[in-house]
Amino acid sequence: MANYPTETLLSWSKAKEIRETYYKNYAAAHDKGGIRWVGGAWTFDAVPAGLGGNVYSLTSEPYGASCAFNKDFSTRAMEAAETAGYARDLCAYMRNYWGSILMDEYAFGGPFPKPDFIWQDHICCSHAKWYQVVSELEGGIPMFCVDVAVGPAEPFGTLTDSKIDYVTGQILDGIEWLEKTTGRTYDDELFIEACWNDFRSTSRWAQVCELNKAVPAPLDEKTMYSLYVLATLQKSWGVVADYYDELYDEVKDRVERGIAAVPNEQARVMSDTQPPWSALKLFRYLEQYGVVSVGSLYTFGLEGMWDFDPATGDLVPRPMPEKKPTTREEAARELVRWHLHKPEYQHFYDCDYKSQMMVAICKNWGLSGVMLHYNRGCEGLSLGIAENRLAIQEAGYPVMTFEGNMGDEREFDLGRTMQRVDAFMETLGVKKVAA
Amino acid sequence: MIEMFEEWYKSRHEYAKEWKDKTGGKVMGFFCTYVPEEILLAANVLPVRILGSHEPQNVTEPHIFGMYCPFCRDCLAQGLLGRYDYLDGMMIAQSCLHIRQAFTSWKKHMPPEFTYYLPMPHQVQSPRSIPFLRSELETFKGAVEQWVGKEITDADLDRGIELMNASRQAMRDLYDTRKSANSPMTGLEAMYAAASNQWIDKAEHTAAVREALAKELVGRDLGLGDKTRLMILGSEDDDTAFVNMVEGCGSVIVTDDHCTGSRYFWNQVEPEEDRLLAIAKRYINRPACPTKDWPQRTRLEHVRMLAQEWNVAGAIIIQQKFCDPHELDIPEQRKSLGEIGVPTLFLELDVTVPVGQFKIRVEAFLEMLAEEDLF
Repeated sequence: MANYPTETLLSWSKAKEIRETYYKNYAAAHDKGGIRWVGGAWTFDAVPAGLGGNVYSLTSEPYGASCAFNKDFSTRAMEAAETAGYARDLCAYMRNYWGSILMDEYAFGGPFPKPDFIWQDHICCSHAKWYQVVSELEGGIPMFCVDVAVGPAEPFGTLTDSKIDYVTGQILDGIEWLEKTTGRTYDDELFIEACWNDFRSTSRWAQVCELNKAVPAPLDEKTMYSLYVLATLQKSWGVVADYYDELYDEVKDRVERGIAAVPNEQARVMSDTQPPWSALKLFRYLEQYGVVSVGSLYTFGLEGMWDFDPATGDLVPRPMPEKKPTTREEAARELVRWHLHKPEYQHFYDCDYKSQMMVAICKNWGLSGVMLHYNRGCEGLSLGIAENRLAIQEAGYPVMTFEGNMGDEREFDLGRTMQRVDAFMETLGVKKVAA
Repeated sequence: MIEMFEEWYKSRHEYAKEWKDKTGGKVMGFFCTYVPEEILLAANVLPVRILGSHEPQNVTEPHIFGMYCPFCRDCLAQGLLGRYDYLDGMMIAQSCLHIRQAFTSWKKHMPPEFTYYLPMPHQVQSPRSIPFLRSELETFKGAVEQWVGKEITDADLDRGIELMNASRQAMRDLYDTRKSANSPMTGLEAMYAAASNQWIDKAEHTAAVREALAKELVGRDLGLGDKTRLMILGSEDDDTAFVNMVEGCGSVIVTDDHCTGSRYFWNQVEPEEDRLLAIAKRYINRPACPTKDWPQRTRLEHVRMLAQEWNVAGAIIIQQKFCDPHELDIPEQRKSLGEIGVPTLFLELDVTVPVGQFKIRVEAFLEMLAEEDLF
């Protein structure tokens, strides 16, 4: 029973190609005379871009998620990390990543490519420590890490000059460190261009997500996972920024023509935190009920940049900076100011900030309910989730919780989760519309 | 005076309430030892560290996901159960995610008249961290001034610094007595002294430590000279039942690396004209919590020094279940101590301790250490 027309996303294969190219580039970097670095999905990847055009990265969270998708590989990686003495309740991405090093296996084939340096940032307790261990496991890779945990940005707090100075200063120190570590001369023009691409990618992704307010939703969250991931790989890469422009045009066109992601859409929900990557069929199960998950603060705000207005309860894409920076210092400062507003940073200081933004999504994206993943694999994004549940319920939206793990499938029970979905659908008054 | 520390440990709430009645002052609950107590003392506020009660509870489940450490849940439970209902203020200095969650839930559901989140930097190895923290301390000082309705002068800050430094020095001296081959105090007594120091009026506590050092500990013989010397390290630990059990197995605990122990009082504020800068330097340079010990691992060297100077035969690594920052240090910590010939026993704690099971493991560990002496 289809209520709306649907179509395949035309730019889908291009997104897949970009992702594949990214991982291949990293593996083959040395063959092309390039250098390799590793760091997290939130790191300021625009900074190493100033080292030249043949600098390739591997960001750890999407890599860990890719491992998780391959259950056999992931299980072996987890066991390798545990055998090395690391606790099994640590971040699941981290254990997939360490396991890859310990097994010397790259999830995309071949031996694990050793990085030349580490460029990381830190807000979650695991961020810097993750790479401290990577450095040790790899025999002493040079590491630089920028602390971004300076407190909430507006409207929840105030980014004083001193806070901006602290983070910017670390970046400027980091640039000198990069020159010294790699022996390369730093190119400010490349850095400025990369910063601008970063702003473009993260602003445009938010605009794409905003289009999902439409009924029917032009995108479903399972599809969005394959799209937002490009920003987690390298948001400062021009290819990614250009792709998001193209994606925006296509999704806007879908909205104008009423093209649905889920043709039998009859109810809308959102999730939270990373999903159990080995069991994305959970989202397909929702479709049997004509339910579309339109995204989440995680999918929207992990890389997308937004402004929240507590007076109106609106969450809107953050406008691009008015002009392109012209100097290294100006670019670093703008980059810091931009990223410290990241929605997913704010809950590290108070669960209530996240609750306010989640309720804004419920309201503005027209949701019927919320599915919260109590994610044992990520303490950072699960921070405050129990309080989020209470706040969303208080705002009048039914909430279903399910416990699992984004990257360790040993801690996720799909059958029982689907049973919880059945019960939740009954609560929402939604009946199955497809087999 | 030694017994007084135990009494203070057990009657923390009564003490704070009496202090309020006696002085008319305000009490500030705090969640992490990176809180700059100098500024609170300068404002005549009593800082009281919030710790758990080591009792099973059923009130935190709706507020904190079960994969967070038992310590943070135990702390929040104290608030939900109304045991700290005398607090006028509550604050945290940024450290781990877990304890932060206890703070924010407490603030949301039972807010006292003043709350504060101090963004203590994590990158303490960067020179950029000191000016940043100084600036944050200035903002914090302003907030406290507004709260108590009184300006905090340089003279007030000097008094706060002096009180904290005197307390730290007294505790260092107390711990130094345990370097003796026949320690004049047990690990349990030291734990009572160190933990109670985190909520008793500093001048009063320092006087008690000084009196114990002068009158009680000189020449005190508890017959600990033939006991196996151990250190404890790892996540927060004030589990007196556990320590009592370990020492009951034929050992004596002579030092520790815990935020409820030596990490709290280890280093002093070095006075300088800019008082806030001096305070900032002290907190940046203190023995690091694992959350801030990167990119270099400074804890390894510090813990080795403790093990060697206090001449321990073995170390018990005490891990609060789900404490990621410590879990991320433990493999290297065990390796590091092993390299200097200090074997380790790893134990994972929950709110309550399975004393019977742990006793078997501790006995086996001590037996292994004794065998090394034998052969």
